[in-house]
Amino acid sequence: MDQQELRALEHRCIQEEAPECTAACPIHVDGRAFVGHVARGEWLEAWKVLLKTMPFPGILGRICDAPCRRRCKRREAGDPIQIGDLERACVSTPPPASRVLPLPRKGKTVALVGSGLSGLTAAWDLARKGYSIRIFEPGPRLGGPLRAIPVHRLPETALEKELERLAALDVDVHLNVDVAPAQFFEQCIAKHDAVFLSLEAAPSSNWNLERDDAGKIIVDPMAQSTRRPGVYAGGRPDTAGPSPVWQAAEGRWAATSIDRHLQKVSLTAGREKDGPYTTRLFTSLAGVLPLPRMEVADLQAGYSAVEAVAEARRCLQCECLECVKICAYLERFGAYPRKYAREIYNNESIVMGPRQANKLVNSCSLCGLCERVCPEDFAVQDLCLQARRSMVRRGKMPPSAHEFALQDMRFSLSERFRLTRHAPKLSQSTHVFFPGCQLCASNPAQVKRVYAHLIDALPSGVGMMLSCCGAPAYWAGREDEFRSVCDGFLADWKALGQPELVVACSTCFRMFAEHLSQVPTTSIWQLMEETNFPPAAAATAGRVLAIHDPCTTRPYPVIQEAIRRIVKRLGVSAEELTLSRDKTECCGFGGLMQNVNPDLSREVAARRARISPLDYLTYCAMCRDSLAAVGKRALHLLDIAFPDAVGSDPAARPRPGWSERQENRARLRASLVKEYWGERVQAMQEHERITLIIAPEVAELLDQRRILVEDVQRVIYEAEKSGSVVLHPQTGRLKACHRPYRATIWVEYSPAPAGYVVHTAYSHRIEVMGGPRT
Amino acid sequence: MKAENVRPEDLEWVCRKCDRPLEVGPVAVEYMGSQFVTEFPTCPGCGFVLISEALALGKIAEVEQILEDK
Repeated sequence: MDQQELRALEHRCIQEEAPECTAACPIHVDGRAFVGHVARGEWLEAWKVLLKTMPFPGILGRICDAPCRRRCKRREAGDPIQIGDLERACVSTPPPASRVLPLPRKGKTVALVGSGLSGLTAAWDLARKGYSIRIFEPGPRLGGPLRAIPVHRLPETALEKELERLAALDVDVHLNVDVAPAQFFEQCIAKHDAVFLSLEAAPSSNWNLERDDAGKIIVDPMAQSTRRPGVYAGGRPDTAGPSPVWQAAEGRWAATSIDRHLQKVSLTAGREKDGPYTTRLFTSLAGVLPLPRMEVADLQAGYSAVEAVAEARRCLQCECLECVKICAYLERFGAYPRKYAREIYNNESIVMGPRQANKLVNSCSLCGLCERVCPEDFAVQDLCLQARRSMVRRGKMPPSAHEFALQDMRFSLSERFRLTRHAPKLSQSTHVFFPGCQLCASNPAQVKRVYAHLIDALPSGVGMMLSCCGAPAYWAGREDEFRSVCDGFLADWKALGQPELVVACSTCFRMFAEHLSQVPTTSIWQLMEETNFPPAAAATAGRVLAIHDPCTTRPYPVIQEAIRRIVKRLGVSAEELTLSRDKTECCGFGGLMQNVNPDLSREVAARRARISPLDYLTYCAMCRDSLAAVGKRALHLLDIAFPDAVGSDPAARPRPGWSERQENRARLRASLVKEYWGERVQAMQEHERITLIIAPEVAELLDQRRILVEDVQRVIYEAEKSGSVVLHPQTGRLKACHRPYRATIWVEYSPAPAGYVVHTAYSHRIEVMGGPRT
Repeated sequence: MKAENVRPEDLEWVCRKCDRPLEVGPVAVEYMGSQFVTEFPTCPGCGFVLISEALALGKIAEVEQILEDK
């Protein structure tokens, strides 16, 4: 990822876009933050938000006409938030202590003619930038038309207080000046570096300025420049209207232009967001109940503090977070895709120091639900997968992240499991059954039942392929290894005469569809539907189950619909979960999340399990097992289609541990080759003959630590053979280690008459190169 | 990782091959291309190095994490 790609990605996430109120406000007051503080009764903090952008909160906060209301999202569910009234309530509370720190004097003087809100704003902004300010006011006091506002709305004390803040900036004020004559105007221009005309306070028809047909001074909108160089104007009733905030805005834009004019830089560059603009921020109103605005009890006084808080609490605090709301992973890391893109970019480009986003990159389930719900189609899964591939290429992928899953995949690809055969007694196959590694790992008996059924249903010949589709390598970002799995598969498949593939696993289906499109692939569910199998079953009729679609089926409604029709034929009432079909959630296994971040994976499964109290019905072995692992009663569709003995309760079947998953695969292969092809079963390896005695709590510990029973057998076998073992004389226990792959496995054990009692086992990745020898 | 590597109970183990109690000694270790020398209980006879469960799950796991993120 380069800087440009990063920028494009960051732009796509709209969470940091301005809320409607800020975008609608001519001077961009942060309405969301302001209202948020009011809602919490934090008046000083609310004041500070106003002080940041408003020129004179004590004035404007009382009289603002609040154009923000017209775009407030709340108006789609009740009335818009009355931000103007909330500002008035806020500035009626004591202000925070604030000190204005003007920039160093620039040695340039700007004349302000008239002191309406536009003139005062221009004076305030320019004085703080270090310009000397000279105000010429035709009336006896500063403020011009502001003095005409009823005192209950703008008390004189409030106006004076704000004018004192301006005075503190050493502004040179001239009152009762006759500003109308052309001579005054020309001298003003001659004696100052720039001039601003506050037109709401000092209109004159004598000034020599270019005018339109109606006789009005021509002023460029936003730049606020007249046709005479150095002369700027704003606040005119026909452009700013009676809108105080628009008058203030014109004064502000003029101040910006004057500053740029005097610095001799572009008047217009980078000012696209001066004034109201459109924002891309999306805010969902799903589940938002309509609420009317809080009425003001005392119209003259405005909102009381209690009323203001109640009104502010209606604010939606607009933000997007559509993806974070539905993804425990995105939520877990405390931010949102825009931030994650930056963290992942930094992680990749870091030269020295720790990479802090490795866990972020590797924990994503790659399910892609974020992209489905994002108004701008931000695909976090693509970002994470690209980052993983880059880490693998650069040798920066932590071995601990995926190695166990990859070892498990290599097991599936080894002769211990891998099998490619034509249908028994046939030398060709129109179809081949590819049950996938994890269905065989979870429920080998079912695989045998399905195959027996397929042999009956497809007399033209259905072969058998036991292997892995390579998804673990793909998810781990190991492109070369994935490619070699694909090549290996293609060789086996071609050897069978390129039959149509019948897959039972939705991940396999997707891997083949996306990466081996030359292989005709159908899911076992489509085949079952076509062949009207199974027929209506009395045992399941009337059962109510919630359907959990595996996340890998999201792009394949054809599979999801087939499932629903099969379920219906079986007499099962299917309930849809809140997120289903094209928006279904991952079970926590996808993308190897389960390997990288087991806690998060459990949370994802548990969240999914909580949606409905019903038993879940799914059609992915990993989904079923992940749900079962968090105590959810869950069925695989094959549990219904090919039921066990009467009286069994397959929804309560626990998730088999990692060791059992490998043993199941090895045994399935052995039993298939013996029963169908009459082949001799491979002899056991010597270490497999070692009998272990493992208490249930130790077995669970081993599974959590991903230490296989076979690993333990190998450690003890090697230790007993070599004698490299330490003894604890007090307890008689032995301890030994072995390094079968990039991890050293330790076992503490005791010999017993029937075998070896395993007390504990653990592993580490650091390799011991050797100790001293004497 | 030095002093906290070895707990008194780690030295209660005896090398079965050499029939000698373990002693604290310098051991070279390697991970993710980083090599360093630290102290572990070792057999002074054959050089067998014992890594205790507490150490493997604690300090070593921490160091592995740091080296992986380096």
